[in-house]
Amino acid sequence: MIRPVGEHGLLAETGSLELSHRVHAALRAERPEGVVEIVPGPETVLVVAPGADQGRLRARLEAVVDRERGRTGAGAAEGPVVTIPVVYDGADLDSVAALAGIPVAEVISRHCGRELVVGWLGFAPGFAYLTGLDPVLEMPRLDTPRTSVPAGSVAVAGPYSAVYPGPSPGGWRLLGRTSVQVWDVAADPPSLFRPGMRVRFEPVAA
Amino acid sequence: MIEVLAPGPYATVQDLGRPGYAHLGVPRSGAADVGSLKLANRLVGNPEGLAGIELTFGMARFRFRDGAWAALAGAPLEAEMGVPFWVPAGGELRLGAPARGMRTYLAVRGGIAVEPVLGSRSTDSLSGLGPEPLRAGTLLPVGPPLGGIHADLAPPPAPRPPVLRVLPGPRADWFVPEALDVLCGRPYEVSQDSNRVGVRLRGPELARARNGELPSEGMVVGAVQVPPSGQPIVFLADHPPTGGYPVIGVVRAADLPVAAQLRPGDQVRFTTRRGP
Repeated sequence: MIRPVGEHGLLAETGSLELSHRVHAALRAERPEGVVEIVPGPETVLVVAPGADQGRLRARLEAVVDRERGRTGAGAAEGPVVTIPVVYDGADLDSVAALAGIPVAEVISRHCGRELVVGWLGFAPGFAYLTGLDPVLEMPRLDTPRTSVPAGSVAVAGPYSAVYPGPSPGGWRLLGRTSVQVWDVAADPPSLFRPGMRVRFEPVAA
Repeated sequence: MIEVLAPGPYATVQDLGRPGYAHLGVPRSGAADVGSLKLANRLVGNPEGLAGIELTFGMARFRFRDGAWAALAGAPLEAEMGVPFWVPAGGELRLGAPARGMRTYLAVRGGIAVEPVLGSRSTDSLSGLGPEPLRAGTLLPVGPPLGGIHADLAPPPAPRPPVLRVLPGPRADWFVPEALDVLCGRPYEVSQDSNRVGVRLRGPELARARNGELPSEGMVVGAVQVPPSGQPIVFLADHPPTGGYPVIGVVRAADLPVAAQLRPGDQVRFTTRRGP
């Protein structure tokens, strides 16, 4: 289903993050005329195209969604795996271990044990919701968010992990830190993480 | 170079923002009332997208170290609106509070030439990208003039009634069937905590037809987002690129300047009628 979003936007319902990524990638590869933004979400892709023929764009979007839905087995996540080295010395490492009922070493091995996929970005520029977290590490946010979390903090909350791209307030549970700069306005693109990208964390010594 | 002597309640550098980065979590930002920034730029012979200064509730003072043509558009001040004027070297521009509206745009021939970030000089109040908001003592470089001044007069537009035309959706079905009628019924009052992210409104509650959380999805400027309180927020330039509260309708592009000029305490109505 394609829903209108004002005069210039269309929201394609994909129903799954994997299809969102495929539609997002397809639209980026063959961008319809006039399209300014292509924004994937867990179950949708928003397309914004001021001045474009909305009827034609809608037909095009429907065709892309149908085509990508039919491509079964084609994994959304392609391209290389980005490895993020992490020093696991986060302030919440012990409490995460206690909440999960496992030793700290197992928190680390479970966090590193799976390949994650960049779901979508939001909250702040370059802040990626990394999906595919080991369910044992799923836990609620902190009751009281921190007023400042340093850039490079590696954290978990709910079914997601993330790397804080810059210093900001935050309620996620901190497992460690990375020296990798995931957000750099001087780089093109400025964000290391893009929707659909595969990510793996790797423990390193401090 | 222009020296900020006093920025007024809140003043920022704004151009047309950072389109194309929403999927990386970057708000578009840019002038809240795009039409007024473009008009101010045209008046001084600038391309419409050069950076100017967005004043919130006026009351700013600037010293021009070099002489320059300048123009004002948007919320009307006692100063000359809609005509280019010359500020001599060393001259001080003193601006009062607007008689109505919220945001006034000061364009200077050549544009404000602070360092761009991701292709834009706009201050993004949500993400912190771009230059800091103006403070007393901020020095603003001015770019070289581009082209001649063609327009020399633009009569200030007549005040527009505080009515926002909305297109229903994309999540009108998350609300009870009568919610759109409620939205378009009695007026809403603009709350004090409105800002460049959005105009927060107080008034009849928009009740949901379903519980649960909407998965995060892309948002647009003008979206009327409804948090669990049932009190709508109209997104402006610095809105988050994704959000998890349902959007009952989207304000028509032609009415975004009306939304951007609403003041705390103003009454505003919505309508789903198409006509003016």
